[in-house]
Amino acid sequence: MVKKNDNHNSNGFIGWIDERFPLSSFIKNHLTGYYAPKNFNFWYFFGALALFVFIVQILTGIFLTMHYKPDASQAFASVEYIMRDVSFGWLIRYMHSTGSSLFFVVIYLHMFRSLMYGSYQKPRELLWIFGVAIFLALMAEAFFGYLLPWGQMSYWGAQVIVNLFATVPFIGADLAEWVRGDYLISDATLNRFFAFHVIALPLALAGLIFSHLIALHEVGSNNPDGIEIKKYKDKKTGIPLDGIPFHPYYTVKDLVGLTVFLIVFASIIFFAPEMGGYFLEANNFIPADPLVTPSHIAPVWYFTPFYSILRAVPPILNSQFPGVAAMGLSVLIFFLVPWLDKSPVRSIRYKGILFKRWLSAFVISFIVLGYLGTVPSNVWGQFPIIIPLLGGADIATVVARIFTIIYFLFFILMPVYSKKDKTKPVPTRVSMK
Amino acid sequence: MKNIIFITLLLIQFSISAAEDKINLEKAPIDLTNEPSLQRGAKTFINYCLNCHSAKYMRYNKLLDIGLSKKNIEDNLLFTADKIGDPMEIAMPVKESKSWFGASPPDLSVVARSRGTDWIYSYMKGFYRDSSREIGWNNIVYVNTAMPHILWELQGEQELDKITDKLSLSKPGKLNQKEYDAVITDLTNFITYMSEPDQLKRKKLGFYVVGFLLLLLVLTVKLKKEFWKDIK
Repeated sequence: MVKKNDNHNSNGFIGWIDERFPLSSFIKNHLTGYYAPKNFNFWYFFGALALFVFIVQILTGIFLTMHYKPDASQAFASVEYIMRDVSFGWLIRYMHSTGSSLFFVVIYLHMFRSLMYGSYQKPRELLWIFGVAIFLALMAEAFFGYLLPWGQMSYWGAQVIVNLFATVPFIGADLAEWVRGDYLISDATLNRFFAFHVIALPLALAGLIFSHLIALHEVGSNNPDGIEIKKYKDKKTGIPLDGIPFHPYYTVKDLVGLTVFLIVFASIIFFAPEMGGYFLEANNFIPADPLVTPSHIAPVWYFTPFYSILRAVPPILNSQFPGVAAMGLSVLIFFLVPWLDKSPVRSIRYKGILFKRWLSAFVISFIVLGYLGTVPSNVWGQFPIIIPLLGGADIATVVARIFTIIYFLFFILMPVYSKKDKTKPVPTRVSMK
Repeated sequence: MKNIIFITLLLIQFSISAAEDKINLEKAPIDLTNEPSLQRGAKTFINYCLNCHSAKYMRYNKLLDIGLSKKNIEDNLLFTADKIGDPMEIAMPVKESKSWFGASPPDLSVVARSRGTDWIYSYMKGFYRDSSREIGWNNIVYVNTAMPHILWELQGEQELDKITDKLSLSKPGKLNQKEYDAVITDLTNFITYMSEPDQLKRKKLGFYVVGFLLLLLVLTVKLKKEFWKDIK
């Protein structure tokens, strides 16, 4: 006789399963008995939405893979085949292409939420690290996927990014060739990118998302007040006084958020799938041509803040490597945030004016850099020659440099301003405002 | 907090308006729901364009969707293929056309999505006589295009005033300007349709989907309120 574990008291079929698999205890630990703070606001929708978009991408991706041909001579045609000859192929493809952009929208808002409410602070450092790793994997996933339609932007975007490896001192050229599998972006590159896009990275993402959730449920959710709800528990039941079971309370609340998200998602898919060229670029409707370089190459919008940083850093000793390193750092620096923030409080609600100003400056630089990454660097013309030092320089480049500096200062100065900042006293219990 | 959102929205607004195109293109007065226009456009496309340009992702049977009958298509339009399910391909080999024209005429299946509808419309109206070019033609939208003016018999010949940069008719064609514009509108309409034949279906379906979701939203909001009424 199998010893019954304490977590279930069901009989019948569920009881039969529970004796062999921890079904009831799993549901209890992660849904009905997972106590989340009751004061989640708007910003707490995006975690669940990110998971939803991930599932959408996997499901639509499976159907796209059934019809797509990862072959340089057939890839472009197979995408048009999906758009025209596969039943509802256009819908599946637009769901996938819109999903990729919205994935980043949701992830950026999710990350911003964590910055606002200090959700990375002790004991959530590892949760944050898994999150940043997910972000990195997602960027790689998006980059590999973008080559697959084999349009001009796919091709030349990949060309530019892979050439970044060539700037690494000494081994650069060999490294870039090793990544491409050829002397230029070609069928070999397409095949390996396909492999990374459909199996390697989705698998890594699934593992990371799983770990992210396990870590979350171990430490418990933060909340807009940044108050640890586990500190005040009901003496009899041991349940946090400010906690409510995730199911049904947050499942029904997330359903509202999901429906609003679906309205946005569907509106883009059905009425503006190209999103004015930001989600699907016009140049990508021209098949890849290694002999014709487009006059303006820009990555998709979600990469443009980092692309701007790459362009903003001037070459040193004729090497573009500093720009590449700066771009890499601009992403990797997120890993350090839990240790850069020395503030005694978590939430922006109780932090002082310094943090608020720096966070606003960071958001503005992210958006300005993002915009500048979508346009050529001469978009705002040049400074008049007579101005000393700046004369003749591209205005947009100078602006990008200023905002790149602000971007990095937000992180580098964080130990200083978060310590100096005048914080407000944190109440003991959460507020429902 | 509210300030951040406000500034964000402002900047997004700004970035969208700044990204618009600089080339002065004429707005194409097309209407994808106008089936007779699409049918006339298809006729022009197949008679004039589909000799040098292919539309190899477009199948002839997609013309059924714009109100043509199978017999209509087979009798009058099926020049470059045998079966109605075949794609619109051409006989001219890419390699040789490149040596003849300097550039191989591009496939036009999705050209409305890469160039844009207004570009096609303006381009087809932008040809003028240029004796300095080997093909005898030039274009104000696409300077030094490799393509000669295929519809010159219809439009006549235009000349470019080098000072004002304006085109004027120097030799009239079979059609007057209004009639020619109508032909180009129909053609552009068809090329736009062809770039995504399911686009009307997509928009129509979109209303049902969004409508359903709005109803669902009412239900989910009510459900949430019911569950949350005792949480204070």
